[in-house]
Amino acid sequence: MRTSEFIAALAADPVPEPIRLERRMAVAVLIGLVVSIAIYALLSGPRPDIDEAARTMRFNLKFVDAFAFALPSLLLTLRLAYPDARARALALWLLAPVVLLAAAVVVELIVVPQDEWLQRLVGTKSMHCMRMIPLMAAPILAALIVALRSGAPMHPALTGALAGAASAGIAALLYASSCPDDSPLFVATWYPLATVVCVAVGALAGRRFLTW
Amino acid sequence: MKAQSIEGRQDDPWSRLMRASIAGDEGAYRRLLEDIGRSVRAMARAAFARARVGDADIEDAVQETLLAIHLKRHTWDAGQPLAPWAYAIARHKIVDALRRRGRQRAEPLEDFQEFLAAPEGEDPHALSDARRLLATLQPRQRDIVTSISLDGQSIAATAARLSMSEVAVRVALHRALKSLGAAWRRSVK
Repeated sequence: MRTSEFIAALAADPVPEPIRLERRMAVAVLIGLVVSIAIYALLSGPRPDIDEAARTMRFNLKFVDAFAFALPSLLLTLRLAYPDARARALALWLLAPVVLLAAAVVVELIVVPQDEWLQRLVGTKSMHCMRMIPLMAAPILAALIVALRSGAPMHPALTGALAGAASAGIAALLYASSCPDDSPLFVATWYPLATVVCVAVGALAGRRFLTW
Repeated sequence: MKAQSIEGRQDDPWSRLMRASIAGDEGAYRRLLEDIGRSVRAMARAAFARARVGDADIEDAVQETLLAIHLKRHTWDAGQPLAPWAYAIARHKIVDALRRRGRQRAEPLEDFQEFLAAPEGEDPHALSDARRLLATLQPRQRDIVTSISLDGQSIAATAARLSMSEVAVRVALHRALKSLGAAWRRSVK
């Protein structure tokens, strides 16, 4: 078929409604979040001593870190949904939570005696963390993937992986209020492990559902 | 990045044409696709030459790019210039086309702008894969695409001939184009 003939077929196709991807993604996060909060309320809930914990730096740091991870991940996901994405400068912001957590780990290693390190790293509820973060991330990731299908990502697996990271970050933000382990040693071990699960699932989902 | 030279100036001709197309101007859309097609053709020709691959698949790369642009045009942000957006898609599709020819890794392509300056006309003898891919469509969809493209009939004439409503023809055409895009994508793997 000649290209001029092909163009005739394209031009005869009706004009679609323009879409606003950022709005769709915001709606997706909200819908996913409602389901995640329901899961949180059913299976976990805030820890009993939350008032007391909220006055400690270790507890609050978990939220700062989760937020510092979730926000750039989400913005990067949106950016990558466009073919001409310029993502490099934004991607550097992903270093912020890493640096923050690494600094917290160093301080923890200084202020806590060595014989307590392992106990703090293992914590009390690591398996709960490994289950709850992916579980609460799942609805957000699913909603994000659906929204991203109306985008035009050039790198489907990477876009999906970042959507997984964003959903894990948001889930961690919720989970942090229920998790009784506050040591940066625990956070730097188990939260990233749970995040890796979400990122991997996101990458697979991206390759499967975001290719066009 | 080189494409920045046109950034922030969304009244470049392509962006203007695309806005007119989205507002319903079919003629503007046709002109835009022909224009983009010429630039993509020049770009593909350069990339194919550099990869020492014959010219045979160039119209495929052009048509696949145009189809991808077409199917995703509603996601273009009208506040941004169209050229970098179209270029990113074209680059991707040309790399795909080279990969189909057995090239593992295509050379990175030069800036789109130089191809905008020197567009080339279509080779009247070039035939693309689209006709072969048409065979994968359902008969009714294939009939509609052929009627509008190869036979140059209007939607109304096609609808009358097939005793369908115009809306039904348009819906079938859109589905057919989407399946065509999917068939093309599968042929890469």
